[in-house]
Amino acid sequence: MSERLREKLNILADAAKYDVSCSSSGSDRKNTNKGVGNGHTSGICHTYTEDGRCVSLLKILLTNHCIFDCAYCVSRKSNDIERAAFTVDEVVELTMNFYRRNYIEGLFLSSGIFKNADFTMERLLRVVKKLRLEQNYNGYIHLKTIPGASDELIKEAGLYADRMSINLEMPTESGLKLLAPEKSHQDVIKPLAFVQNQIVQFKDEKKLIKSVPKFVPAGQSTQMVIGATPETDKDIMYTADRFYKNFSLKRVYYSGYIPISNDTRMPILGTQPPLLRENRLYQTDWLMRFYGFNVREILNDANPHLDIDIDPKLSWALRNLHHFPVDINTADYRMILRIPGIGVGSANKIVQARKFGKLHIYQLKNIGVSYNRAKHFIKCADTPFQMKDFQSTQIKAFILAESQSKYLKTDIQQLILF
Amino acid sequence: MIYVFDGSLEGLLTAIFEYFERKPKSIALKTGKLFQPDAFTETLHIVNDRKKADRVWQGLQKRLDGQWSRKFYCAYLSELPEIHNSLFHFACYIFSNEAGAEKNYGNPYVLVTSQIATKVEREKHRMEAFIRFQHTADGIFYCGIDPDFNVLPLIVKHFKDRYADQQWIIYDLKRHYGLFYNLLSVEEISIELSNQNLKQPSSNQLSEKEELYANLWKDYFKSTNIESRKNTKLHVKHVPKRYWKYLTEKQLE
Repeated sequence: MSERLREKLNILADAAKYDVSCSSSGSDRKNTNKGVGNGHTSGICHTYTEDGRCVSLLKILLTNHCIFDCAYCVSRKSNDIERAAFTVDEVVELTMNFYRRNYIEGLFLSSGIFKNADFTMERLLRVVKKLRLEQNYNGYIHLKTIPGASDELIKEAGLYADRMSINLEMPTESGLKLLAPEKSHQDVIKPLAFVQNQIVQFKDEKKLIKSVPKFVPAGQSTQMVIGATPETDKDIMYTADRFYKNFSLKRVYYSGYIPISNDTRMPILGTQPPLLRENRLYQTDWLMRFYGFNVREILNDANPHLDIDIDPKLSWALRNLHHFPVDINTADYRMILRIPGIGVGSANKIVQARKFGKLHIYQLKNIGVSYNRAKHFIKCADTPFQMKDFQSTQIKAFILAESQSKYLKTDIQQLILF
Repeated sequence: MIYVFDGSLEGLLTAIFEYFERKPKSIALKTGKLFQPDAFTETLHIVNDRKKADRVWQGLQKRLDGQWSRKFYCAYLSELPEIHNSLFHFACYIFSNEAGAEKNYGNPYVLVTSQIATKVEREKHRMEAFIRFQHTADGIFYCGIDPDFNVLPLIVKHFKDRYADQQWIIYDLKRHYGLFYNLLSVEEISIELSNQNLKQPSSNQLSEKEELYANLWKDYFKSTNIESRKNTKLHVKHVPKRYWKYLTEKQLE
């Protein structure tokens, strides 16, 4: 009995791991009924895999049987792999026992599509209802919305889940059509919009009536596979930007494509996953969400791709040297945040501290500013007077000489023959 | 002038009170352990006084918002040798200036207090993440830890709120005390057992199913890894090696 359970867990965890989302943040669900579990607003990563990704949820598929044949997916119908399916009780037992031992923040439940969308969604719903209603479980639940499932089922699921997500899979419609002719972005947009509408409605009602239950309190997210199809960084980030705006998404995930088949439409087996590109996309995503950048400032027709050797914030600064140097002691917060080498934490400290007197170089260093990088772009109380105006290429060379990207290092290693 | 005190929070707060009674020109605060008499500097041995300490603490709370009171307390829990002196000067600075002085990150004591508090909060968060309960034969979920800082007082609420329907014990092996939740409230306990046993209960002390779920968790940890993305440096950055001893998934079968 327990042997078969271990086998199933191996198969269905392995099949679920390409969904990169593992965040457990954004829900403040309380443990009111003296049951087990609660939400942690900022989330908790309980461990990290050897590839350095956070593990906060038990991420599994209910089954990897699937009626679809999407080229980028390991569980595609035509793939010759071991298939398995959990029973509802097995998922509930695993979740409860892992949770009680503080292994996890909660459950991330997805599934291959068996029979049809409604049948699958109904099974997922049974798991979450059992957890919430029978086990008094108040921990985090991330549930996949199954495209094509009926509104009633999706709405009911939203009453029990903390987050729901549907993956765009490919950044553009044409990319998706190439690899999964049976799917379209429209299938994703419809349920995303439906859930978003419900979230807004429930929130409005809650303002008037306190007893209105929570509905997907941690919001929705989506994922795009990067590097399987030939989109530019601009295509990817413009799509992300559109989805952030139209559906108030909490997160868009970018998942570097890991070759899993001999399909000639995609990179061949053994190709390195585009980790550096993925990293640059996430940096851009952060600049959009936390640093007040408009995506058009970072990526546009003149610059459809992100710079590989420097991060997008530095890249923007070098293209826009006319905004610099910024005076740390007078500039507004918005502009300080745009200086390479200064993050949100340091920027906040700077605007508070400078009310007590002009800031000097040693103070900036102590506050946590990466000074070697920032010094090319700032003025403070004791900045040495400089006769020469450096060109952006010179500044870039100075910074590159001082820092060594972890990704570039590994690339160089691969070129060494002897 | 050197003030010598016993290292307790009460002593620290009393010392701050004494400073404002006397206002000596230059001042350093040391614990009894670190203090070495000096022929040229006067010393004052602080006698703990609950009333004085309470007054200072209430005064601090009037001056500082909840967030900063917590920073002060967190920094104190770091138990670092130099932190008392910094906190002492931080408090004196707060009391001697207009409200809002804690925002002056240009001041070294403000910055140190804030930075050390951040470190302690990080350790607290790590304990919330890395604690792995083992289900014992008598039905209690148990975990022994030895955190860098004295964070047990900070994690009580998290575990009490979360695991409200199960008995649990979190035991600090380094500081020899623990927390026991008895389904109603959390009490401080100390257990008379060998450190070895407190670190890892023997298999007959554990419940029947404990091994099964530990193994399932190890399996899951392996299955969810993506081999072709291996990045050991990042892995170790997130889970520093000194924490591996807690982690079920890092123990060999």
